[in-house]
Amino acid sequence: MPGVAIKADGVTKSFGVGDARTLALRGVALEANFGEMVYIVGPSGSGKTTLLSVLSGILRPDSGTVSVEGVDVWKLSADQLADFRLQKIGFVFQDYHLFPRLTTAENVAIPLILRKKDWGESLKQAIECLDIVGLKARAGLPPVKLSGGEQQRVAIARAIVSQPDILIMDEPTASLDGDTGHTVVGFVHRNLLNENRCIVVVTHDNRIFEFASRILKMEDGRLLQKGDA
Amino acid sequence: MRGILKLAYKLLVNDKAKFTALLVGNTFAVFGMMFATSMFVGVLYHSFATVTNIGASLWIMDPAVQTVAYTIGMPTYVLDAVRSMPGVKYAVPLYSSGALVKLADGTFQYVSVLGLDDTSLFGRPELMEGNIKDIYAENGFIVVHDADFVKFGSPHLGTEFQLNDHRGVVVGIAKVAASGLFGIPTLYTTYNRAIQYIPNPRYTTSYVLVEPKSASDVQAIKQQVRALGYLAVTKGEFMQRIKDFYVYQTGMGTNILIMTVISFIVGLSISGQTFYTFILENLERFGALKAIGTRSRELVGMVLFQATFTSLTGYGLGVGICTLLIWIAKWRLPDYFAMITYFNLGLSLAMVLVIAAVSAYFGARRVLRIEPFDIFRG
Repeated sequence: MPGVAIKADGVTKSFGVGDARTLALRGVALEANFGEMVYIVGPSGSGKTTLLSVLSGILRPDSGTVSVEGVDVWKLSADQLADFRLQKIGFVFQDYHLFPRLTTAENVAIPLILRKKDWGESLKQAIECLDIVGLKARAGLPPVKLSGGEQQRVAIARAIVSQPDILIMDEPTASLDGDTGHTVVGFVHRNLLNENRCIVVVTHDNRIFEFASRILKMEDGRLLQKGDA
Repeated sequence: MRGILKLAYKLLVNDKAKFTALLVGNTFAVFGMMFATSMFVGVLYHSFATVTNIGASLWIMDPAVQTVAYTIGMPTYVLDAVRSMPGVKYAVPLYSSGALVKLADGTFQYVSVLGLDDTSLFGRPELMEGNIKDIYAENGFIVVHDADFVKFGSPHLGTEFQLNDHRGVVVGIAKVAASGLFGIPTLYTTYNRAIQYIPNPRYTTSYVLVEPKSASDVQAIKQQVRALGYLAVTKGEFMQRIKDFYVYQTGMGTNILIMTVISFIVGLSISGQTFYTFILENLERFGALKAIGTRSRELVGMVLFQATFTSLTGYGLGVGICTLLIWIAKWRLPDYFAMITYFNLGLSLAMVLVIAAVSAYFGARRVLRIEPFDIFRG
């Protein structure tokens, strides 16, 4: 599936009103292609997470267009958008947001269950996915029994279990030590990046820059720099 | 949706502390509401036991009579007048009063005495032992075998006692549909023997029992009785009149209502607050589900399912505990009044569903407000 995975044009987003109004995105335009691992980097408050949310159909921009696989996501209804995210996009959140009362396998199976797949079949696929991230033996444990790196890998397994075309990772190394962060992102680069998938990573951890196909730098709501890593 | 509901179920029951607190709240609420109302229903049911047991279609009485236990005697001409009314198939007198009986062992026991029409014995109970004709024998009385039977010394045929210096003999042991409210044994005898043995005021007819020729005659009979200065009510109306007396004129209804409302409020507070806390603690996860692609109505479905599941489980436990306690109480105290009816079950179910609805409303409102972007922002 070569070609453009995500295309944004003239995206602006502000928060607050009146004197408290802050412009988080100022006319951002970007393209991310299949087979690419695109990094969005920049200091805190530069608008990285806001951009990631707009790109992934979570936060509606004030103006501009965002198309994912050629679909103008912000023209979809709320239900269509939810379905679109479920079918096309996998999320790895900064704080993982795993369910402590479910087993690791059940956590991973959530996207499949939301797709109305059979519970048993979903768990089976989840365990296969946990095998990919090297955590099959931990399938029956609750996430709280796992280390930070293992939890991050569970979050990754959850994001890829339904084979999404787009993988969105928000600060994937923020809660990990340097070596573990490097290992986890290296694993993603090695095993999950392929010509049918586009991975967008928001980070300010320069220790994992080596895995980026391109690095887009943001500052003050603007995309400053485009280019290959 | 089944998988999503299973997910909601697991999120709920795996949080054992919260789930237990929710169940305790709902169970307590249901137990309290069930217990209070079942006591009330039991009291009401027993309060019109005589009306149930006699089974007459139409009851004529002094207008001041509020409940079957407290009678006001009517003169004999009322019976004659009623018998002569068009639409009346037959009319018989009934005597109802309390009396002090001296048992064979020398102890005294207060009893309820019903005097049946000598000719027809209308309203007679079903006999378990003895022959109904023996009621005409000298000093013949029939004892009702109910929860208060033992207070009469568990008599048998031939057992003797004294009633106001008159000799009484048990000639029959009967069963009735309902025992009385006041926890005293019930004796049946003939009308004439009753007024002969028990000291009475001038007028002795407690009630005139009427069988109309047809249902359409009831209104006309009522009007004619009213013209006489008395009151005619159907069996159902008399029961309602007794219910109204206990509900509105004894304070019992208000007390039961207060107990029920308190149980509801306590249950709602515990369950509602715990459920809301449960939702708040899982809010970020609901947000994550929303970000992943769960539709809003699916999230509302999850919350609604969780609230309903806890409420119905609490309902089952509350009903179970209440039933068990009433069963134990009746086993130890045979004339224990509490009764579980469809009314209690329905009322408690309705109340617990209100608790579920309120909990789910506030929970769902919170879940719908969470923005997936907040999850990204951390």
